[in-house]
Amino acid sequence: MSTNVSKSHRDVIARHLIEVPRSGIRDFFEIVSTMKDVISLGIGEPDFDTPWHIRESSIFALERGVTSYTSNLGLLSLRAAIAEYVARTFNLSYRAEDEILITVGVSEALDLAIRALVNPGDAVMYHEPCYVSYGPLIQFANGVPVAVPTSREDGFRLTRAALEAHVTPACKALILNYPNNPTGAALLPGDARDIADFVQEHDLILITDEIYAELTYEGQHVSPATYPGMKERTIFLHGFSKAWAMTGFRLGYACAPAALTDAMMKIHQYTMLCAPILSQHAAQEALANPEEDIADMRAEYQRRRNYLQHSFQEMGLACALPRGAFYAFPCIQNTGLKAKDFAMQLLTEENVAVVPGTAFGPSGEGHVRCSYATSMDEIKEAMVRMAAFVARIRV
Amino acid sequence: MSPLISMEKHSMDELLQILKKNALETPENIARMLNVSVEDVRARIADYEKRGIIRGYQAIVNEDVLDMDLVTAVIEVKVSPEREGGFNRIAERISKFPEVSSIYLVSGAFDLLLFVTGRDLKDVAFFVSEKLATISGVGGTATHFMLKTYKHHGVLMESQDEHERLKITP
Repeated sequence: MSTNVSKSHRDVIARHLIEVPRSGIRDFFEIVSTMKDVISLGIGEPDFDTPWHIRESSIFALERGVTSYTSNLGLLSLRAAIAEYVARTFNLSYRAEDEILITVGVSEALDLAIRALVNPGDAVMYHEPCYVSYGPLIQFANGVPVAVPTSREDGFRLTRAALEAHVTPACKALILNYPNNPTGAALLPGDARDIADFVQEHDLILITDEIYAELTYEGQHVSPATYPGMKERTIFLHGFSKAWAMTGFRLGYACAPAALTDAMMKIHQYTMLCAPILSQHAAQEALANPEEDIADMRAEYQRRRNYLQHSFQEMGLACALPRGAFYAFPCIQNTGLKAKDFAMQLLTEENVAVVPGTAFGPSGEGHVRCSYATSMDEIKEAMVRMAAFVARIRV
Repeated sequence: MSPLISMEKHSMDELLQILKKNALETPENIARMLNVSVEDVRARIADYEKRGIIRGYQAIVNEDVLDMDLVTAVIEVKVSPEREGGFNRIAERISKFPEVSSIYLVSGAFDLLLFVTGRDLKDVAFFVSEKLATISGVGGTATHFMLKTYKHHGVLMESQDEHERLKITP
């Protein structure tokens, strides 16, 4: 921008963008990145490398010159593989031809879903604490974010009562994210049925972000889209980042009735054109034998989760059992510190990074998010330091 | 292509998986990981040792960097199987030599695969010509000297530069 703009730069930025607060996680990241020898439990991506056969097939594809655009929806062969996987794993059937859209991560798919639905002033509900982008994406679409708080007392479950207390006539959609970042909560079958009823009674569209589905440690993951009458009003989002440790490939997908898929595709084709072809090839390889790729990583995450859970118990920090994803969300209220101060002091005094719960919404106050997508050795050391810290500030 | 084996698919006990990865893991830590009591972990390890399922604990050493005056050879051995004994009697006899660190019965163009360690080439050559080849039933041998170890027991011998992840991500 040239210097002779008559207004200040802040004045030229779109108003609805200015209203969106900076991500709290960003501030914290900037402090952590200046420090040395930090053990970080603040990382929301797997510490595993992408399984070698997936990386190897990407190298092969690159050697063969697989470097072009694909169709806007994505490679048909990949969509067919996804249709098969989603049917087998989630018991949901979608047509590869017109009900599946390959996106640049679930992040893009979320943006598309929201923009495809929201007229200015429409409200979108989501449960909180939650992933950092839900509120801002709704605001970018000139919609109204309606956060529904959940609490540790309820195991961070989203109850029908809480939904009824926050719904307004302007509500058009509900975003669900189970297993949940940052709380590790999963959707229990009874709650899923209640939510399905609620969505239908209020004539909402359900956007369900099930990126952590494969990383479920207690019982079986159940998609809310499988309840009668739900599939027709659901946009199902999934991707390869978490379970396959493929975050940097940036590959996700949306499955929805053809008309909704087409609406999302309209935005996607003019903004992204298509997801990177090399990542699409890698994803296809990932679907060749997914259960085997995922099983070992899931078993390791579960051991780390158990380790954390025991450690928090010994420290006297209450923590709802993380049923999925790779986050624990212990309550630090009895230390007398606010979440942000706890995280800050733990960082400066013990060189351990955790994310203040408030980065995931006001209802995250009193909690910190500890990711266990970090090696067992680091987790052990981090727990020793955190225990020392907690014991010290309690005195 | 996908990995041929997944540990999970094996019926191998999770406790054994942990110890195979790190034999120094304490019973206290294992108990936390598996959500069981420390006594239970101790009892199960003792039971595995008693039943001979756990046969020992070793460090994985990168001998290449130690500058030890030792050579290792991989030796293919052809054997005529014996009536009633098959390959076992000869294999067990060869196993007794302290020079032999590992021995396997394999399918293919030869029968036994040996890993033999000696002070130098001559030492190993002497073992092969004087001890191994003279055992009755041993038909022929082929000796390959090992030059460099890249991976041993699932562990890479050279650490590659780790790609660093961002320290905080949503």
